[in-house]
Amino acid sequence: MSKLLPFVAALAGSCAAQTAAPDKLAALEAAVASAQSSGDNAWMLTSAALVLLMTGPGLALFYGGLVRKKNVLGTMMQSFVLMALVTVIWGVFGYSLAFGEGSPLVGDMRYLMLNGVGMAPNTDYAATIPHQTFMVFQLMFAIITPALITGAFAERMKFSGLLLFMTLWVILVYFPMAHMVWGKGGLLNAFLGGSIPCFDFAGGTVVHITSGVSALVCALYLGKRKGYGSEPMKPHNLVLSFIGACLLWIGWFGFNAGSALGSSGLAASAFVATHFGAAAAALGWLAAEWMHNGKPSVLGGISGSVAGLVAITPASGFVKPMPALLIGLLAGLVCYFMVAVLKQKLGYDDSLDAFGVHGAGGTLGAILTGVFATNEINNALKDSAGKPLPLGLVDGNGGQIINQIIGSAIAWVLAIVGTLIILKICDLVTGLRVDSEQETLGLDLTMHGEEAYNLEA
Amino acid sequence: MKKIEAIIQPFKLEEVKEALKAIGIDGMTVTEVRGHGRQKGHKEIYRGQEYTVDLLPKVKVEMVVPESRSEEVVKALSAAARTGKIGDGKIFIYDVAEAIRIRNDDRGEAAL
Repeated sequence: MSKLLPFVAALAGSCAAQTAAPDKLAALEAAVASAQSSGDNAWMLTSAALVLLMTGPGLALFYGGLVRKKNVLGTMMQSFVLMALVTVIWGVFGYSLAFGEGSPLVGDMRYLMLNGVGMAPNTDYAATIPHQTFMVFQLMFAIITPALITGAFAERMKFSGLLLFMTLWVILVYFPMAHMVWGKGGLLNAFLGGSIPCFDFAGGTVVHITSGVSALVCALYLGKRKGYGSEPMKPHNLVLSFIGACLLWIGWFGFNAGSALGSSGLAASAFVATHFGAAAAALGWLAAEWMHNGKPSVLGGISGSVAGLVAITPASGFVKPMPALLIGLLAGLVCYFMVAVLKQKLGYDDSLDAFGVHGAGGTLGAILTGVFATNEINNALKDSAGKPLPLGLVDGNGGQIINQIIGSAIAWVLAIVGTLIILKICDLVTGLRVDSEQETLGLDLTMHGEEAYNLEA
Repeated sequence: MKKIEAIIQPFKLEEVKEALKAIGIDGMTVTEVRGHGRQKGHKEIYRGQEYTVDLLPKVKVEMVVPESRSEEVVKALSAAARTGKIGDGKIFIYDVAEAIRIRNDDRGEAAL
């Protein structure tokens, strides 16, 4: 009997193990899912914060340093107030218009007041992170995009006009474009049922073409700054711009690598492509400037890095590191030409070169994405047999370049038409431009009642 | 009494102060100014936009000295401020009608 006991005990144990197996497996699966979710969520919340860092203080410093000292606070405020304004609009109905299922052109009202946007993941967009994380990450893009436009009308835009312009702009231009490219069922969404699949990993069309082209329309509509071409309008503090540009570079890792929507290999690949693009573009711009003007400037170097970051944005989750270097280099050269040669010839006053960098760099990047996108980096698109589909020209799918051009053209047209309509409305309701005396005194004093540098205080 | 007004290179200010101290001239007024004479300015380029900067930073040193010391002061000052290159600046000398010390109403050279 005493010999039999352990045998019986072992038998009983093995029976118990057999009945417990499915439970254990389920528990194990839940633990793995929870671990992945924590990892992904940690990276995505960090990325969301990094993208906000790009607007404030990144862009605010970059632009603030480039204007004259009487306008530095006004310029920084134009970025900062969007961090508040767009957030409120996004929460009330903006997120729904961008990411509600809706029509191919714009979302519906299913997420009005963030209804149904909670801690459970939205499996259409990002299955491993809370829906709220996805929502707040996308919000940061909706903040920086209109902030980029402020470079075009720097030093002459009325604050009330800015608030109305930006409110209407995100509604008429940004939300529809974001929906078309990234929203479920959007016209250009390559991954969620779009009829014209366009690759835009982190916002070449949605962010940079829309903002850059709208910036050009604004610069032409508002006209030049008083004294443009006759009075000196040197950047008042390039140290601020330098700090801002370096913060933009850092924040861009959240922008692009965060667009993998998880802490994955794809995020690492996008991180690397982003960094390589920025580096090559900085060198490209510096080389062009050195040959053309005789000196490589600090402003040139930082402008080049931003141009590279812009151009690599749509491509970052689709291309290998060496094509990323090439895209960056081309962006540095093309954007230098746009800003330092073409703008001077055409004579429009896009004061801080929002079009020359974001419009031109964004279009270049969107088209080159069709050349260099490869399923060796991004295999999310598969045929019915589960084989990854060819993405860009390097995979043998040259037709993708046409789709990229169509996507870019839609962004251009939406930006031009939408911005013109909005400018007309603002002109009638609030007015757009400060009066001549206010422009002479500066925005800091006349719009906000402050001065930036009270060194004798 | 003579007023001596010297416009010099900013980086020469310390040497000029030392030189004047060495000959016993303690009082002076210094102003940061901008200007140019025959010296040409330089070119700055920001994203292709060219600016010629021709008003360059200079320092103006002013002092009033007894007429008898005027030449000595000018010699010390110009020797200290000179690099021999264009842009070294200029010295102007004026007659002064009267000097008054506000604290106690001293007048003339006693007020210097």
